[in-house]
Amino acid sequence: MNAGRKVACVVVLGMCAVSLAANWIAPFGYAKQFREAPSAPPSREHWLGTDDVGRDRFARILYGTRISLLLAPAAALVSTVLAALVGGLAGYLGGTWLRLARGFTDLFLSLPWLFLLITVRALMPLNVSPLVSVLITFLILGLLGWAASARVLSTSADALRNSDFVLQARASGLHGSRLFFVHVLPNLKPVLYAQFWISIPVFILAEANLGILGLGVAEPLPSWGSLLRELEGLISFREEPWRLVPLVLLIVVMTSFQTLLSNEEVTA
Amino acid sequence: MNMTGRRGFLQICLCFTVLSLALLSGSAFSQNGGELRFCLRSEPKTFDPLLVDDDASLSIRYLTGGVLVRVNRHTQELEPELAESWKVSNDGKIITFKLRHGISFSDGSPFSSEDVAFTMKRLMDPALHSSTGDAFRSGSGAVSTKIIAPDQIAIIFPAPIAGLDRLFDQVAIMSAHSPKKEGAVLGPFMVAEYKAGSSVLLQRNPNYWKKDSQGRRLPYLDSIRLDIQANRDVEMLRFKRGELDLINVLDSDYFDRLAASSPGLAHDAGASLDSDFIWFNQVATAPIPEYKRAWFRSTNFRRAVSQAINRDDLSRVVFNGHAQPAVGPVSPANKFWFNSKLKAEPYRPAAALQRLQADGFRLQNGALFDKAGNAVEFSIVTNAGSKARERMAVMVQEDLGKLGIKVNVVTLDFPSLIERISQKFNYEAAMLGFRNVDLDPNGQMNIWLSSAEDHAWNPQQKAPATAWEAEIDGLMRAQASSADSKKRKESFDRVQEIVFEQAPFIYLVNQNALSAISAAVEGANPGILSPQTFWNADRLTLNATTRASR
Repeated sequence: MNAGRKVACVVVLGMCAVSLAANWIAPFGYAKQFREAPSAPPSREHWLGTDDVGRDRFARILYGTRISLLLAPAAALVSTVLAALVGGLAGYLGGTWLRLARGFTDLFLSLPWLFLLITVRALMPLNVSPLVSVLITFLILGLLGWAASARVLSTSADALRNSDFVLQARASGLHGSRLFFVHVLPNLKPVLYAQFWISIPVFILAEANLGILGLGVAEPLPSWGSLLRELEGLISFREEPWRLVPLVLLIVVMTSFQTLLSNEEVTA
Repeated sequence: MNMTGRRGFLQICLCFTVLSLALLSGSAFSQNGGELRFCLRSEPKTFDPLLVDDDASLSIRYLTGGVLVRVNRHTQELEPELAESWKVSNDGKIITFKLRHGISFSDGSPFSSEDVAFTMKRLMDPALHSSTGDAFRSGSGAVSTKIIAPDQIAIIFPAPIAGLDRLFDQVAIMSAHSPKKEGAVLGPFMVAEYKAGSSVLLQRNPNYWKKDSQGRRLPYLDSIRLDIQANRDVEMLRFKRGELDLINVLDSDYFDRLAASSPGLAHDAGASLDSDFIWFNQVATAPIPEYKRAWFRSTNFRRAVSQAINRDDLSRVVFNGHAQPAVGPVSPANKFWFNSKLKAEPYRPAAALQRLQADGFRLQNGALFDKAGNAVEFSIVTNAGSKARERMAVMVQEDLGKLGIKVNVVTLDFPSLIERISQKFNYEAAMLGFRNVDLDPNGQMNIWLSSAEDHAWNPQQKAPATAWEAEIDGLMRAQASSADSKKRKESFDRVQEIVFEQAPFIYLVNQNALSAISAAVEGANPGILSPQTFWNADRLTLNATTRASR
């Protein structure tokens, strides 16, 4: 592991650890409103100031980081599993299955993502707690975000199907699911890992996009998306630089995730 | 013609040209008002003044359309425009206008009572589907006109219309004979250029009839450039850079930032007519549990929720003090129609809890339960993208949380929200607002009549579901059919009292009318009625430096 990857690893793990310890580190609850001090600058009491309704920004960043950093990988896992099932199997089966799967994937990719997300979210039940709503939001992201990965996986699986060692395995009498799980899937691992790691920042950004539109995680739960909304209307960076902290964190985490990918995974 | 003659002729021509240029330059000097620039926040949907129903088109209609009478945006009084005088019959069915003489449309065609008759006929044509025309539909039967003279016309309605004369503030007169139709206008400006998605250029109407006290022709400005710009950040940046002269409606955040850097440019005209409110779904067929419907139909429950909301905090925190706690359907800014006996519901959580207990609710371990033991929890839907409403919803969530009520805030894109609240009724509570442009209570008939589509909490009732809704129906119809403004006021005051007592809408705040006006603009007098900053556009001027630079 090179130095860059080590640093990235430390950054991601460090942020995960700090956000998981939010209950102990945060000076206040993420929903507590200090109405006498809305939009306050940093102070001894509120290290990063308060938001529009007087909630402690530091506490909200800690809890928001926890939500985004825990649920984005979960959504990435869902989408990677779906991609492995659709793309991997189609590539392994080949022929009509592959053409069908690619057609379906292309159709899915051609759908306008953002509008699809908005529509699906509008169909969700209204009376759910913020925690359930955040789980549903990321689940939707996971369920809708498999197509690009599936396309990559189908191509890789197709190449594996025609490889010498799979032919040899087939000639040795291996068929069906055993051939897929024993020989094909393990060789797809680098691609799967790569797709998994790539999906995490994509989902964090997708939730941030929804948050910026006001359609992300339900209030009062914070997420990076809702925290980034604070930048709306910020005309000068010099005015209130502490409001940029969520953006800086997002950039650091995205960069760290990209650095974490090994050369092999990047190539895959 | 010999050379001498030719030279003499040339000399005469030269003298004539120089003289003409001198005269023209003199007149140009007196009319060199420069170009005012501001933004429309969306594409105008139409230039047809009778089909206008969006903000951008309204602005253009205001600047280009000539009307018979105009509500003064500052005094709220009705003033003569194209009509010198007018008279409404005692039964409220006929209005007779005496028109001004010697007025022409922008294309030169003369203005007469024929144009008024043509406009009214077109306005009331059911096939046109004019929302402006809807306000004049008072009963079955056609609206007719009677041309008494070229400068006199009577308009006859099948049933009385309360506040009839004020409705003509919205009717821009069109030419009966000009081939340009909506291109021929009687207002101070006319549309000269429209670049879709980019801008609308209005130029001075050379035939505009008004003059100032010194006899100079109005408007002073040469033109107005309306850039189509939905992004408010960009609008503010351009204003700060001096590229724009006005921002008609400002958010409180932008207002405060502007006031901090350039205090003279930010204008707070006080409480506007706009209000934000919450209501509960009381529709009988709505897909919500029966026990929740019972809460929402309980006056005590609604009043308790109203009392548990800290409106002062909403005004101070969400709008930085640029809002007033709302009392009811009429803002205190509406000087005549506001019921001044009413005061905004004060923040009284203890009284709220007592009301709830009177209905059998009980507070247990920080959570509120109804008689049957159901935990009190509901969702409030509001439109995504409205920061102010999202903040208010979060604060209401916290306020009601103190009573043990769990509120889930849901933001939806606007089309989905409208579908839920007006078609499927699949929601529990909603937070929205009214952008009032009409001072007269007739403009609210579509909200208060129980049979109306916009009777949001329980629309299109075949018969009033409650006694108080039946009373409101009666009062609204009574005020609508009376020409006596005192009686109308009494009826509408009672409507406001019932709304306060029953709280079908829980009014939160009336936002202040905030605007920005560049130091380059002279003669501006921002008000609370739309259009706040350019209601006297024909008398606005730009300072010499700005004029020279444009």
